[in-house]
Amino acid sequence: MYRETVLKCVLRVLGFTLLTATALTAQAADPVKVGFVYVGPVGDHGWTYRHDIGRQAIETRFGDQVETTYVESVPEGADAERVIRKLASSGNDLIFTTSFGYMNPTLKVARDFPDVKFEHATGYKRADNLSTYASRFYEGRAVIGTMAGMMTKTNTIGYIGSFPIPEVVRGINAFTIAMRKVNPDAEVKVVWVNSWYDPGKEADAAKALIDQGADIITQHTDSPAPLQVAEERGVYGFGQASDMSAFAPKAQLTSIIDNWDPYYVARTQALIDGTWESTDTWEGIASGMVTFPEYSVDVPDDVKAAADVVREGIIDGSLHPFQGPIVNQAGEEVLAEGSVFDDKTLLGMNFYVQGVQGDLPK
Amino acid sequence: MNETVMLTILTIVTAATPLVYAAIGELVVERSGVLNLGVEGMMLGGAVCSFATAHYTGSAALGIAAGLLAGVLLALIFAFLTLSLQASQVATGLALTIFGIGLSALIGQPLVGIAFSGLPSLHIPWLSDLPLIGRLLFSHDVLVYGSFLLVGLVAWCLNRTRAGLVLRSVGDSHHAAHALGIHVVRVRYLATLFGGACAGLGGAYLSMVYTPMWVENMSAGRGWIALALVVFAVWQPGRLLLGAYLFGGISILQLHGQALGINVPSQLMSMLPYVTTILVLVLISRDRGRIRRNAPASIGQAFHPTT
Repeated sequence: MYRETVLKCVLRVLGFTLLTATALTAQAADPVKVGFVYVGPVGDHGWTYRHDIGRQAIETRFGDQVETTYVESVPEGADAERVIRKLASSGNDLIFTTSFGYMNPTLKVARDFPDVKFEHATGYKRADNLSTYASRFYEGRAVIGTMAGMMTKTNTIGYIGSFPIPEVVRGINAFTIAMRKVNPDAEVKVVWVNSWYDPGKEADAAKALIDQGADIITQHTDSPAPLQVAEERGVYGFGQASDMSAFAPKAQLTSIIDNWDPYYVARTQALIDGTWESTDTWEGIASGMVTFPEYSVDVPDDVKAAADVVREGIIDGSLHPFQGPIVNQAGEEVLAEGSVFDDKTLLGMNFYVQGVQGDLPK
Repeated sequence: MNETVMLTILTIVTAATPLVYAAIGELVVERSGVLNLGVEGMMLGGAVCSFATAHYTGSAALGIAAGLLAGVLLALIFAFLTLSLQASQVATGLALTIFGIGLSALIGQPLVGIAFSGLPSLHIPWLSDLPLIGRLLFSHDVLVYGSFLLVGLVAWCLNRTRAGLVLRSVGDSHHAAHALGIHVVRVRYLATLFGGACAGLGGAYLSMVYTPMWVENMSAGRGWIALALVVFAVWQPGRLLLGAYLFGGISILQLHGQALGINVPSQLMSMLPYVTTILVLVLISRDRGRIRRNAPASIGQAFHPTT
């Protein structure tokens, strides 16, 4: 008898808790679910880290209205499709896939889930429910190229590349063109590490470049290791993707920051408002997708001023990082004075401009 | 000697040292007949724990100790599963790598973005001040000297001591060793833990000297290279040292080659360290008898005293 009462009590308490729990969940109107697929770890302090900051911006802005999830370190390939499909089938309304290699898997899953919206970073395949977005990082390269050209003493800049693809080559060229405008004698040495992320190898590449006379280092790889080497060896460098001054308080002159926050917030807002449409976004400094932290104290005033001129010129459209005349390594003019490269040429760029040493691996 | 050459050699030493540590540990493990594919995971465990400890306590020595201990603990999991519970060594080793990557990322979350001054280089009075060889030989950090000492010690123990003989006999035929009254499982436990300690030290070198910071997955495959080095060195410590320095050396030289503008595709250059190391080690190991004499015959096989 006693036992039965106790049991009943327990059951009642349990039932009550369950009821309140369901009531609570029902009360908050169904939140919009946003999913993210990352190629690296959120702790890379570079590319993926910045995308995750964007995800957090959505949470801060919309609070209970949204629910975000992410899957990190997803290899580009068969696994990616499985992960994207899982996110789509578990009720996400908007899914961001943040690496070029997710292009085909995203498209495939998007076809199977017409009610789910997809956004693919840095790709070019779109559908009614699949947008693409990317950032004009090369605009940032024009700014730091200007600074490097003015600040180098050995007239040798070391550039650590990941893979010789148009995206990276475009960055090297934008940097070099800007550098040669302020310092026609300066040259860029490129070392490819054939990896987006290998701190040890990136550091070794930085050491090799510094040993061969580079007094400024810049990189198109994801870890802060090269900057750390610059700090140790007493030369300068630029941060990549995020503010890396914690690793190199002296060496980092400035950094090109990927700022996805406004885009992610705007797209989520559009979804909530029911105005989401498939679009192709390629924005740069003007829209705030590319930003910079404060210049370091070591940057002289005239360099700051020159960098600001480039920055403002790009924002108001009076300056284009790829403005003619542009001369290739062989000394041939590939773009006449007064014209600029169109986006198609930029997206397929596969040559070095004058001022870059060595041959472009193909 | 010119400054660039000197700096290049110093860079090669830092590139090779983590490989030496991880590989010499795995060599001992494999010589006892155990195949632990979890080197990468143990390195990452060592890297994150040493960095965390050094950061919070401010002591580099404690950091190194923590890295070593982390490697041992991870190896203990592996040893328990494979030696006591007879789980598959290959599957458990792979799982240990995946576990190590995840666990180190979890532990390292608050450490991302923290800079650390790194391990100081030794300055030996008089010796370090010698021209040329002073910088070349007598001004590395303590872990570099430790790695050479360790390789020498392992070589000596394996070939010249009774303990080494016992270890090799366990690796060659655990049944025969068991019949001789050797405690096979205990020997393998000790060897596996030693391997963990070395991998942990290799990881500690990564996060404290090579690139003094913590970022996820910072070993970037070096554990796997260490595993391959052991095989290509035909389980011999001396060759392993050679292989590690060859690999480190060519990795660095190819970067210099690129910076000099040598006209070879960079993809080919990136391949060079692997190709050369394999080629050289294969060439010096053409003698089949040597392979047969050195390869542990019962590697990867589970042992139970009653079977």
